Amino acid sequence: MDDLYRELILDHYQHPHNHGEIPDADISYEDSNPLCGDKIRIDIKLKNNIVEDVKFNGTGCAISQASASMLTDELIGKSLDEIKKLDKQFVLDLLGIPLGPTRIKCALLPLKVVKAGVYGIQTWPDEEDKE
Amino acid sequence: MNSINVAAIREDFPILQQMVNGKPLVYLDNAATSQKPEAVIRVLDEYYRKYNANIHRGVYHLAEEATTRYEGARKKIQKFINAKSFREVIYTRNATEALNLVAYSWGRANIREGDEIVATVLEHHANLVPWQVLAKEKNAKLKFIGADDQGLLRVEEIETLITEKTKLVAVTMASNVAGTITPIQRIIDRAHAVGAVCVVDAAQAVPHMPVDVQALDSDFLAFSGHKMLGPFVGILHGKRALLEKMEPFLGGGDMIREVHLEYSTWNELPWKFEAGTPAIAEAIGLGAAVDYLTALGMDNVRAHERDLAAYALGKMRDVAGVQILGPLNPDQRGGVIAFSIPEAHPHDIAQIFDREGICVRGGHHCAMPLHEYYGIAATTRASFYVYNVPEEVDKLVETLAKVRKIFKS
Repeated sequence: MDDLYRELILDHYQHPHNHGEIPDADISYEDSNPLCGDKIRIDIKLKNNIVEDVKFNGTGCAISQASASMLTDELIGKSLDEIKKLDKQFVLDLLGIPLGPTRIKCALLPLKVVKAGVYGIQTWPDEEDKE
Repeated sequence: MNSINVAAIREDFPILQQMVNGKPLVYLDNAATSQKPEAVIRVLDEYYRKYNANIHRGVYHLAEEATTRYEGARKKIQKFINAKSFREVIYTRNATEALNLVAYSWGRANIREGDEIVATVLEHHANLVPWQVLAKEKNAKLKFIGADDQGLLRVEEIETLITEKTKLVAVTMASNVAGTITPIQRIIDRAHAVGAVCVVDAAQAVPHMPVDVQALDSDFLAFSGHKMLGPFVGILHGKRALLEKMEPFLGGGDMIREVHLEYSTWNELPWKFEAGTPAIAEAIGLGAAVDYLTALGMDNVRAHERDLAAYALGKMRDVAGVQILGPLNPDQRGGVIAFSIPEAHPHDIAQIFDREGICVRGGHHCAMPLHEYYGIAATTRASFYVYNVPEEVDKLVETLAKVRKIFKS
C-alpha cells in the first residue's frame, strides 16, 4: 500500500475525530489554502485556559483532514501557552509520512488555523516561512 | 486515426524520454503548460550561445541578428493566426498580461459608469479579475452568461445579456476546466451587432485548433506561447484600428518615439505596447514552436486531441463513481478533462497519479467561480496534447481504479 496513504491517515480522513462545530466556542478561526481551496475552521472551548473541547470543520484532502483530526486530538487538555509552542515538526511527527513542499502546506493548514485563533491574529505566517 | 505520427512526435520531446518514480513519464497537464520539442530548445540554446544581444538599438552584427529573428518570429505568429499585419501582434509576458493590457489601456479609456461588461461563468481568473478591477474603478456592471450542467454556454443568454448597454464582451474560446469549446463566432457577432468590443481568451484554443483572427473578426485575442510548445511569452492580437487609438499600457524604453523631460510621443505599433527589453529568446522560441505546429497542421492537432478525448471520455465513464465535468460530446470540447471522485480529494488523486509517473492537476485550475457554479470545491484535470497516446489514457484509467481502491470507505 502507498506509504502516503497508509491506514492511519485514511482512517483519520474517513472517520475524523473532533469533527463538527462548537456553537458557543471561545475561539473560532477559519482559513484556507488558496492553492487548492482547502478550508478549515476550528472551534475551541476553554475551561480555566485549558482546552476542554475542540472541533474542526471544512473541506480538504486526506492530508489536511487527517492532520486536523490528529492535531485536535492532541489539543484537548493543553493550555493556550502549550498550544502556542506547537510547531511544524510536531504535526509532521503526528502524520509520520514523507511530504513534498506542496503537501506540507496541506499538513500544516490546521496548525496555522489553530495558532491564528489562539494568538487572536488575522493570519498566522506559514510555518515554513520562519525557517 | 489521423495524419499525425505520434511516435515520431514523441521522439522530438526530450523530457518525455525520462522515468518518474520508476515509471515512464505520462504528462497530462498540458492545459497548465506544454512540453517543448528539441527544435524549440535548440533555438533558445542557439540564441544564448551565438547571438545574445538586446534588440532594436544595436547596429552591430549580434544585435541585428537578434532583432531579425525576434521580428521574424512575430511574422510567423502573425501568419499562424492569420492576422492582417505584424503590427497587430504584440508580445507580452503571458496571456494574463495581454488581457490586462486591454483592460487597462482600452478599458480605462472606453468603459464608463453604468456600462455593462459581459463575460461567462467559464472564465479563467485571467479573463475575469481584470474586468472586475475595471468595473469597480469605473462603476460598470459585470454580467455572466451561464452554462448548463454539461458546461455548455446557455446560448439564449448571448442575446439577452449582450445588449445596447454592453461595451465589452470577454469570453473564453475553450474552457480550461470544462473543456467546452464556446460558440465564439456567435458571441463575437452579437457583440458587434450591439457595438461592443469582444476580447477572446484563446489560451486553450490557439495551441489546439486552427484560429483565424480575420475570420473570427475578434477585436482582441490573447494566448500563451508556453501552452503551445513554446517558451514563456504571451501574445495579444488586436485590431489595428483599436490599437492605434489606445494609450500605452506600460511606459519605458522602446515604446517611445521621442522623449522630452515633460512629455513623450509613442512608437508605432506593435512596439508602442512593448516597453523595456522583452523576452527575446522566448519570442524567437515561440516562432520555432509555431513552425513545429504548422508542420503538423492544426486541423490534425485538433483531430488527434478530439480522438484522444473521445477515447478517454468513453473509458473514464466506465469507472464507477467518476464524475466528468463538461460536455460528453468530444466535438464540443477540447482535450481537457476535469473529473471528480466523491470519496477522494483532487490533491490526493493527483498525488497517487504522481506515484505512477502521471502528471495531472488537482485544484480549482484558476477557475474558482466555475467550481462554485457547479458546487464542487475542486477537480482533478487531465489535459492532452500532440504527444499523448491512447496507452497513456489507459494508464490514467487504471490509476483511477487504484484511487478508488485506496479510498474505498
